[in-house]
Amino acid sequence: MPDLTEKKTTAEIPEQRTATAAAKPEKPRSLGSDAWHDLRRKPIFVISALLILLLIVIAIAPGLFTSVDPRAGDLRNHYLTKPNYSHLFQPDWFGYDLQGRSIYARVVYGARASVVVGICVTLGVTILGGIAGMVAGYFGGWVDTIISRVTDIFFGIPLLLGALVILNAFTSRTVWSVVFALVALGWTQMTRVMRGSVITVKQADFVTAAKALGAGTGRIMFKHILPNAIAPVIVVATIALGGYIATEATLSFLGIGLQDPTISWGIDINSAQKVIRTAPFALFFPAGMLSLTVLAFIMLGDAVRDALDPKLR
Amino acid sequence: MGRFVARRLLQMIPVFFGTTALIFFMVHALPGDPVAAMWGDKAPDPVQVAALKHQMGFDKPLIQQYLDYMGKLLTGDFGTGLDQRPVIDKITEALPVTIRLALFAFAIEIVLGVAIGLFAGLRRGKAFDKGALVVTLLLISIPVPVLGFIFQTVFGQNLKWVTPTVQNSEDITQLVLPAVVLGSLSLAYVARLTRTSIAENIKADYVRTAVAKGLPRRKVIGTHLLRNSMIPVVTFLGTDLGALMGGAIVTEGIFNVTGVGNALFKAINMKEGATVSGFVAFLVLVYLAAGLIVDLLYAVLDPRIRYA
Repeated sequence: MPDLTEKKTTAEIPEQRTATAAAKPEKPRSLGSDAWHDLRRKPIFVISALLILLLIVIAIAPGLFTSVDPRAGDLRNHYLTKPNYSHLFQPDWFGYDLQGRSIYARVVYGARASVVVGICVTLGVTILGGIAGMVAGYFGGWVDTIISRVTDIFFGIPLLLGALVILNAFTSRTVWSVVFALVALGWTQMTRVMRGSVITVKQADFVTAAKALGAGTGRIMFKHILPNAIAPVIVVATIALGGYIATEATLSFLGIGLQDPTISWGIDINSAQKVIRTAPFALFFPAGMLSLTVLAFIMLGDAVRDALDPKLR
Repeated sequence: MGRFVARRLLQMIPVFFGTTALIFFMVHALPGDPVAAMWGDKAPDPVQVAALKHQMGFDKPLIQQYLDYMGKLLTGDFGTGLDQRPVIDKITEALPVTIRLALFAFAIEIVLGVAIGLFAGLRRGKAFDKGALVVTLLLISIPVPVLGFIFQTVFGQNLKWVTPTVQNSEDITQLVLPAVVLGSLSLAYVARLTRTSIAENIKADYVRTAVAKGLPRRKVIGTHLLRNSMIPVVTFLGTDLGALMGGAIVTEGIFNVTGVGNALFKAINMKEGATVSGFVAFLVLVYLAAGLIVDLLYAVLDPRIRYA
């Protein structure tokens, strides 16, 4: 498994760094600030971070980018109204869909569902999976056995299929039902990463030292182990975020994810597929935005991984 | 080897029961009453509801229901659809098509993915490597439905290289396009994994030794480097064959392939819960079996791995 080497290298890095930093007169940097130092110089990181920032702004305040209601349909402008590319940021910039709704407005408002699902699922799996992995790795023994077996069981279910079964049970689905389904199925991935990472860090000298000084379990776990074990979890979480957004869109595309009053790129791709020949633009714009969003998060994840773990390139 | 296989099979048992239990409880313990739902908007008749619940076994305790369900699963009974046809019939009808498609996609991702990864890893930092990184990044970022429509429009409708949808799944040329789309995401992962693994192992001592003792380059790469670099790739491929069967749901829908995914897609749209859970249970079993085969392959690739 590649995981094993990953953990070993990240766990070694802080020790090496403090050793070399102590020799120099300048202030020693932590792993986090060192990674930040590296990241700022990377064009890929800067581009993807700016893109994500823009997406978050769009998700929070879509009204800043368009004045029309994305749900207001006017049948006078249905599909056959072609996009007017010279009308930048106007309602007819990307044309109109079957109901005569502005595609531009729908693309803008659709960002919210994707961003909310991506961020909430990632936070959910990181917190849930992180705690479970921490407990399993730190306490070991039967606690570890139980948590690891549960992880195995969840790993037997492919994400898309499992989400299908869970969401099938909801009669009306909102963003939160999709978040629930993906967190319920995805947390075990983080548990595995966190568990492996904690097991490596647990054996470090500074943990023994903290124990010898009489630090309590909580203090050791959160002050000493967590900061040193979190790097691989952050890396996996950032890369997974893009994947969760793509999964939400795929589920919505299949008609089992988000439902109509919610605006989602996946739903729009699904409704545009029927007119792909006459109005390809109706498919192109939501699909393009979706791909761009996933791309931005995956590039960010790649950059963060390179910064936190230079050996794993 | 025999002991290892036995051990691995024994380990699979709790996972098998756990996974099926999880699916069962997802289907049955979540809100919504499937019997009352048969009446639609009308108020259900309590006498008939009770009779139907008894007939379907819903009045028994949940554990008893689960055991009954497991007993049926083990005898190949995956439930009955709303049209009163056994789900297993629907599965066996659609399965050959999906297996053909999944194996085709699997072959594409292995051959192309390993080849791209190998060349990129050997020429790290060169133009080919950079190009491969960009292309794989794009393939990973573009969600499958989008990629499917792009390929369908470009190769099927504009260039007319292949038929845009599959009319006859026996005809392998018609399956090319859906297989490429289905395998593309995994192809990108395989290429990236192979590349990293090759680039790492090329500095290893055994490679230097092999070169130093005068082995031809082909042999160094083929027998020593590639074989040792395949372990992370095989790990990935193991979970992937099962995932391909499930992932086919999107691809089969777009290209009108009458396989398992398409049947599952129809069942979702018809809100046939029993059919959906039957198909999913079956696909999960395929997924577990694929994982087992991969673990066995490890021992072939790396004789040091014995697990005994």
